[in-house]
Amino acid sequence: MSAPAPTKPAPVDEISTLRVVPARHPWRWVATAIVAVLLAMAINALITNPAWDWPTVGEFVVNASILEAVRLTVVLTLLGVGLGFVLGTVLALMRISHSPLLQAVSWTYIWIFRSVPLILQLLFWYNLAILYNEIRFGVPFGPSFFGVGTMELIPPVAAAALGLALHQAAYSAEIVRSGFLSVDSGQLEAAAALGIPRTRQVWRIILPQAMRTIIPTAGNEVVGMVKGTSVVYIMALPELFYQVQVVYTRNGRVIPLLLVATFWYLVLTTVLTVVQYYVERYYARGSARALPPTPLQRVRRTVTEVRARAQRRREQSELLSGGAR
Amino acid sequence: MVRVRGVHKSYGALEVLKGVDLDVRTGEVAVVLGPSGSGKSTLLRSINHLEKVDRGYVSVGGELVGYRRAGTRLHELKEREILKQRTQIGFVFQSFNLFPHLTALENVAYAPVASQGRPRRDVLPLARSLLERVGVGDKADAYPRQLSGGQQQRVAIARALALQPRLVLFDEPTSALDPELVGEVLDVMRDLARSGTTMIVVSHEIGFAREVADTVVFMDDGRIVEQGPPSEVLGAPRHERTKAFLAKVL
Repeated sequence: MSAPAPTKPAPVDEISTLRVVPARHPWRWVATAIVAVLLAMAINALITNPAWDWPTVGEFVVNASILEAVRLTVVLTLLGVGLGFVLGTVLALMRISHSPLLQAVSWTYIWIFRSVPLILQLLFWYNLAILYNEIRFGVPFGPSFFGVGTMELIPPVAAAALGLALHQAAYSAEIVRSGFLSVDSGQLEAAAALGIPRTRQVWRIILPQAMRTIIPTAGNEVVGMVKGTSVVYIMALPELFYQVQVVYTRNGRVIPLLLVATFWYLVLTTVLTVVQYYVERYYARGSARALPPTPLQRVRRTVTEVRARAQRRREQSELLSGGAR
Repeated sequence: MVRVRGVHKSYGALEVLKGVDLDVRTGEVAVVLGPSGSGKSTLLRSINHLEKVDRGYVSVGGELVGYRRAGTRLHELKEREILKQRTQIGFVFQSFNLFPHLTALENVAYAPVASQGRPRRDVLPLARSLLERVGVGDKADAYPRQLSGGQQQRVAIARALALQPRLVLFDEPTSALDPELVGEVLDVMRDLARSGTTMIVVSHEIGFAREVADTVVFMDDGRIVEQGPPSEVLGAPRHERTKAFLAKVL
């Protein structure tokens, strides 16, 4: 035996030597059993029903045309959200500026673009060439230097991205503005008292603090945009949803191809959720006494804890068996 | 150094300052006392143009604050010029207003870089020595929320000093602190006063006023009722209102 057995146990407080019996939770077990059965039924239904046609799903998930469509969906999402939030930030700044004209323009923009359905706006952009078939560059109301055909200047992909971005901007503006409003007014006052230039007050003092409020809602918007891009199928752009339809009208396998689209939308939103977690964590600097652990850190910590607990148990049993002798 | 003449300020129908005259010489410490609502904070905030006055003027170091004189007219300065003037005037807030997303060191170092365009590598040693000076040198990398109220206020004082101002204004710097933390902030302010910094302090700390102030100013209802050395204003007040106020707080 490695542990030297005490010859005579020291007199200890009696209660602290008693064994702890954990409380029992019988209903928790019942609930677990019910959920397990339901889950098994669902998985069974997914596997055994031939109508899901999993082999076809597997075949099309990495099909070249589908991958190309996923790429376009990603591009449209990034352009829509990226341009949308840039324009949205400008609109938010206009809205909180002291100029009544800028305020009014911003307000009107948000009013119109939030009121009109996205699908309708997209059709307008798609048919812009009917309204203005040539766009001319030059002095406003004066002579123009050159003109470009609307169709060449704004190809369908650009029209779709623009439509998504302009629509998104109206919502983003309000999200960014709510972020600005969430920052304590004392911060602006302190920055002003320190003589910090106006643009730096906004970008270096207010915006980083506003991000804490902006990010969760913005994350929602990005996820919404991933799925929202499916609306541009009406412009016959081969993004994910449109492409899937093209394939199943050709081969008639509707359900498996809808599953393919489902799979990719899930993948995209999962990636975005992970990204959002780390962005939020970055902007949480200084807002809490300690940052929340990343999932990796959490796994590591659990492993160390379990190991330590096992180690303790081993030592304890050795001590007990030693003491019994 | 500071000259305030005939300053009036109203918020709507409420007249907060009803003609205030005040002079503070270089290296002097003026402590402004008075009941709440007497206009002390508004006066302080108008000295660095956080509040625009309706009538009268303020000058610091012989320079008009917020305006430029051209012949018989006063031209309002552009925001950029006002911001530049403010770099000469430090301001310490009651609620600290440190930037929560920056560490203590970054809080102190940011304004000289952003406002005065000084190179970061020159400012960082200065910021460190200022944190040392106010006794929080070991907290340079802590974020404000990880600090106690007293430590935060001392960082805020270091931040105000980083611009190397000619004048530092304190707006009730100890009012938001737990009683046992007041002393550490007053110690820092006492050291500053001894080193010859020109200071105007709005405060309720009578003891500090008696010990450190060159001039004590008593305000009530938007006017300065009485001003003079602490021995006179605190020791032998002439006005009934001053007497009544001191009887209540002492």
